[in-house]
Amino acid sequence: MKITLNGKTIEAREGETILSAARRMGLDIPTLCHMEGLPPTGTCRVCVVEDRKTGRLIPSCSFPVSDGMDIATHSNQAVAARKTIIELLLASHPDDCLYCPGNGTCVLQRYAQELGVRQRSYSGARNRINLDVSSPSIIRDPEKCILCGRCVRVCSEVQGVSAIDFTGRGSTAQIGCAFNEGLNVSSCVNCGQCVMVCPTGALTERRDVDRVLKALDDPAMTVVVQHAPAVSVTLAEEFGIKPGSDIVDRMNAAFRRMGFDKVFPTSFSADLTVMEEAHELVQRVRKGGPFPMFTSCSPGWIKYLEEFYPQMLGNASTCKSPQQMMGAVIKRLWAPASGLDPKTVYSVSVMPCTAKKFEASRPEMGDGAPDVDAVITTRELAEMIRMFGIDISSLEGEAADSPFGERSSAGKLFGASGGVMEAAARTAYHMLTGENLKDMRIEAVRGLEDVKETTLTIAGIELKLAVVSGLGNAGRLLRDIIEGRRTYHFVEVMTCPGGCINGGGQPFLTDPERVRARMLSLYEIDRNASLRVAHENSSIAALYRDHLGEPGSKKAHHILHTTYSPREVLK
Amino acid sequence: MGECKVTTVLKRYPGAGRDKLIPILQEVQEEEGYLQREAVVMIGRHLGVPTSQIFGVATFYNQFRFEPVGRFHVQICRGTACHVKGSAKLLETLKREVGVEPGRTTRDGLFSIEVVACIGACGLAPVISINGEFHARVTPEEIPVLLDSCRKKAQEVG
Repeated sequence: MKITLNGKTIEAREGETILSAARRMGLDIPTLCHMEGLPPTGTCRVCVVEDRKTGRLIPSCSFPVSDGMDIATHSNQAVAARKTIIELLLASHPDDCLYCPGNGTCVLQRYAQELGVRQRSYSGARNRINLDVSSPSIIRDPEKCILCGRCVRVCSEVQGVSAIDFTGRGSTAQIGCAFNEGLNVSSCVNCGQCVMVCPTGALTERRDVDRVLKALDDPAMTVVVQHAPAVSVTLAEEFGIKPGSDIVDRMNAAFRRMGFDKVFPTSFSADLTVMEEAHELVQRVRKGGPFPMFTSCSPGWIKYLEEFYPQMLGNASTCKSPQQMMGAVIKRLWAPASGLDPKTVYSVSVMPCTAKKFEASRPEMGDGAPDVDAVITTRELAEMIRMFGIDISSLEGEAADSPFGERSSAGKLFGASGGVMEAAARTAYHMLTGENLKDMRIEAVRGLEDVKETTLTIAGIELKLAVVSGLGNAGRLLRDIIEGRRTYHFVEVMTCPGGCINGGGQPFLTDPERVRARMLSLYEIDRNASLRVAHENSSIAALYRDHLGEPGSKKAHHILHTTYSPREVLK
Repeated sequence: MGECKVTTVLKRYPGAGRDKLIPILQEVQEEEGYLQREAVVMIGRHLGVPTSQIFGVATFYNQFRFEPVGRFHVQICRGTACHVKGSAKLLETLKREVGVEPGRTTRDGLFSIEVVACIGACGLAPVISINGEFHARVTPEEIPVLLDSCRKKAQEVG
């Protein structure tokens, strides 16, 4: 079918919306509530366009195309209406942009700027609502909320958690948890996907930069930093470098410029996780279960399991996540071995994730004191780099520190959905056969699909594997498993769709295609690596030789494994 | 005890889905006077609806409350006729004098306020009803007097 958009006739697809047709032709229509891949709600009305035949305004995000339609996306009438809508949204919005955590990334602010809003045209009554600071990961400021509903939708329709919903009605409507409780008693898993879709400063991560700065300024402290596999391939976007660029060496240099004493990649402890998890899988294969074994790297997933499916906790791998393994190794093994009092070691972790802040605060993740003292997101790291006036583009690259600077590309793959599976399968294969896989690449578990399945035959044993990302997908898969419709030996679950490359602590996505660029960058690193399996990482071997014995040893269990327990929340 | 009543209500809706949420909320409130947190959780489990969404639905409507009503349950009509006759001012005064928002109950359990859309007594506008007893053509000045008589009554009965 043919429609006319701004005077140009184009081919449109039956059933698609005006917005989708316009975007395909490279026309950007502003919207505050539209979510790619989910049915439209038409809540915000910012995307109105003019139907030139009737002169009426219609919401382009929810209006289907019809043959012969003649649409003006940026007519005077459409732009004026958009401006009025933004002005009305601003009527009850706080005027403190300068002090807002959303300053600079806020879409409402950007549209107000672009549409030429230069004064307050309407003054509405403001709802006075307290900040919700109860969560270790996410801060909610309902006063900044424009009720677009994206957070509610991502929480329920993508993640299947439904910690928040609209409450109240009309002018006193707001987004909140059941019984107006804080996020900390809700079923919130701290994934931060709501933060990623919030167009204003109403949802932000808890900022831990100041605690890190304080530690860096303390001469008595040895400040150690670890950075997650998915950080080095996304940080570049914060500095206008091409999405998908891997700037790990320059990032290492930036850490040193800011005063960090040691820089260790979390990919190293991802290799350690692979050793322990592959060993655990091999043990279960030999003992006959329990199957499926679930990965345990993603703290949102673990909390989800504790809340919604506590009966399946015995299936989760007991391995700590790479962040917590690194934290434990730094404070409990490295510090004493380096003649340092663990109390004088400040352990910082840079994660693509808001749930990692929660994970680090779990009481079992420490030995009296927490193993990881502060967790900052990729965005917070970018903020620090800017604060220190470091020009990341002009930095000379530097290597990570020993003894935990060496990593296999398997550990790096952890950053994308399927990566943990691929890394663990490579090492489990070696553990069972004594040989390496001929083709290291396990194509079936790669990519951004919701659910990926494959069967791997190792030493005559058929292992059925599944990879799932996004908790909504994970929940569906889990119900299939519980009700016997699907059976697997090993299932990798990532809380965020696509894995950590799309984590809640990552640079905001101005273009969904960026996730793919980030993923391909990790695959590129793996393709070009000479060390592609965890069990050939000589630093890992040294750690076992000097401290841990062998994978699954008593000491390894004490330091690298954890326990889970059912969690009573408002769900 | 509350749990039993909720269970009884839920037993009337075997295998129900989310479309039965509002009737169930109404029946539970009818039985218990208000929606307890435990009741909401139980209803959610029965229907497979998250508590956040039940709370969202229940707060959308004025009829649902999350606290037991006070000894004196004050219903104030905000229908069209009452509005024209100044019920907005009346509600402001009532809130100030009682010290709670509509839907809430005072800490001493004496008063609760409920906003209703129309009591069906437009000829008497503006109307408030205290424990079902109508008061016609109420002025803001009369509110403290009415409340005081309630307090006195409470003291007498003890």
